[in-house]
Amino acid sequence: MVLKSSRSGLSRVLPLFSSGTIDRRQLLAFGVGAAAFSALGGPAFAQKAKPIKVAAIYTVPVEQQWVSRIHKALKAAEARGDITYKFSENVANTDYERVMRQYSQEGADLVVGEVFAVERPARKVAADYPKTAYLMGSSFGPTKPNFSVFDNFIHEPSFLTGMVAGKATKSNVIGLVGGYAIPEVNRLMQAFMEGAKSVNPNVKFLVTFINSWYDPPKAKEAAFAQIDKGADVLYAERFGVSDAAKERGVKAIGNVIDTSSQYPGTIIASALWQMEPTIDKAIKEVIEGSFVAADYGPYSYMAEGGASLAPLDPKLVPPEVIELVLAKEKEIKDGLFRVNVNDAEPKPTL
Amino acid sequence: MWWDAFDILLQANFWAATIRIATPLIFGVLGALICERAGVLNLGIEGIFVAGAMAGWLAVYLGLSLWGGVVVAALVGAAFGLIHGTLTVPLGLSQHVTGIGVTLLATSAAYFGYRVAFPNVATPPRIEPFPTLDVPLLRDLPFIGPIAGQQTAFTVLAFLCVAVVAFVLARTPLGLSLRAVGDNPEAVEAQGLSVVGLRIGAVMAGSALMALGGAFLTLSAFNAFYFGMINGRGWVCIALTVFASWRPGKALLGALLFGALDAYQLRIQTIAGGMVPSQIFLMLPYLFSIAALVLVARRADYPRALMKPYFKGQR
Repeated sequence: MVLKSSRSGLSRVLPLFSSGTIDRRQLLAFGVGAAAFSALGGPAFAQKAKPIKVAAIYTVPVEQQWVSRIHKALKAAEARGDITYKFSENVANTDYERVMRQYSQEGADLVVGEVFAVERPARKVAADYPKTAYLMGSSFGPTKPNFSVFDNFIHEPSFLTGMVAGKATKSNVIGLVGGYAIPEVNRLMQAFMEGAKSVNPNVKFLVTFINSWYDPPKAKEAAFAQIDKGADVLYAERFGVSDAAKERGVKAIGNVIDTSSQYPGTIIASALWQMEPTIDKAIKEVIEGSFVAADYGPYSYMAEGGASLAPLDPKLVPPEVIELVLAKEKEIKDGLFRVNVNDAEPKPTL
Repeated sequence: MWWDAFDILLQANFWAATIRIATPLIFGVLGALICERAGVLNLGIEGIFVAGAMAGWLAVYLGLSLWGGVVVAALVGAAFGLIHGTLTVPLGLSQHVTGIGVTLLATSAAYFGYRVAFPNVATPPRIEPFPTLDVPLLRDLPFIGPIAGQQTAFTVLAFLCVAVVAFVLARTPLGLSLRAVGDNPEAVEAQGLSVVGLRIGAVMAGSALMALGGAFLTLSAFNAFYFGMINGRGWVCIALTVFASWRPGKALLGALLFGALDAYQLRIQTIAGGMVPSQIFLMLPYLFSIAALVLVARRADYPRALMKPYFKGQR
């Protein structure tokens, strides 16, 4: 060790590592370079035995709607014995890179997370660990050789819930409360609005962003403001909106998770995200040694079972509307109807 | 369009929202004001908000009454105040650094406690929050009735606190010595009073009020505790304290102004959001805080011993 550390700058960092295998991996990445590695063309990943080691890094707690879906899918895979699962929640974006490195160093086979605020640093980390597979929520494309991306493409069921909302509104004013105006949010709101307009051309929209993912009191106030302005159906992108709807006796549309049991009679439809197809596909690829940098977005589409419309309650939605919506759902699944992906910020139309 | 923008101000619901949004800030500004009047800057406020929100909610979830939750929140706040006070008053450590440290500690402790208590929940557990008030004569008043009818007893407590703090500070011997300890601790010492005791006591009392601001969010404004739900409200209070020139009445005014701007931007966004980016509206309350600080701070009458540690017998 003494000899090594006197030789080069690279060796001086060696004592930081916890095991010999990682030293080699790091040296390889450093010496040969990640680009050269992928340029070899051969399979970068070896086959792996179950259970593979999966680590997840979330910037919000696992109760948060979006992340809860990933957590659930990984928990299910763990229960099946396919993976061992470790996770860090509520990781600050400024700390994200470090936590990614730590799990990579510890020899995780697959690292799952969300890199919306750290797109570039996360890709740098991935390049340093070419034998680790990364599956990250991202607004951008995959990066060779080992950085795959996914996103919540549930615009299809959002369109369907929009149809329910468009038929349910009596005031022809629908309110939407969102966290941040980013593509992941905009796309679902746009599809929802399009769905509502498709069945009710007279409908107008109120749109409010609260610039926070996790401030239910503020989301509630935003929803109250929309109800004051005449909205009688609310698109509940954030926690807090359904509470306002319940208090004032208007209807709400759920997003990502199904909370209709907590707000009976208030939530009339929900667009759900299922991460299982995405996660299971990635786990399978890692086990088979065939993992490549790819866009896993399509595994969140309805046709793949990555998105669904929560069952509609005939007590809350008229039968003819249910029929209409289910017919459209079939068209989407059969590939006869395509819901547009529109990432532009939705604007109020009142 | 222009009429719509003005019409918002005439709606009772707008004023009701203003008071709801302002309530946690009223507690926070009062708390910060008491600490600073005694000469101690308490940047632990953001974390104490979180700890209060978590402790009050958890206590109610575990079976205490709502007022029991309020008491627990205040005690937890006072405990963090004791930590801040001990480090900054007798030990004389940097109030900035210690305050940030207390914020980090209190925030992390609250999150840790939450996760230990609820390792496996899909959505945060809920409690039954404070009900809205239904006062017989008041509810029949035009305009005032609908505004008051949307508030809870917790908001009434906030307004009572303003009156009590104003009275104690201005009209009692305790208030006099508390103000003196922030302006001229030597004089307090000469009177035979304990500077350390007064300052720590003030920081504990102020921190207890801050924790109530947090508890309002989980016990009245909402019914569950979420990570990150405090969302900078504590920091806003620090700015509003300067705006208030360390006076309880102006503190109430500042909190209400901030609440009004927030309630207003949520409403104007839905009308004018098509023309003006939503981010501009979201900025409004914070721009106001900065503008108010710039205007007021120029002639701000700081407590003269603010952030100056006092050591007995030292000049």
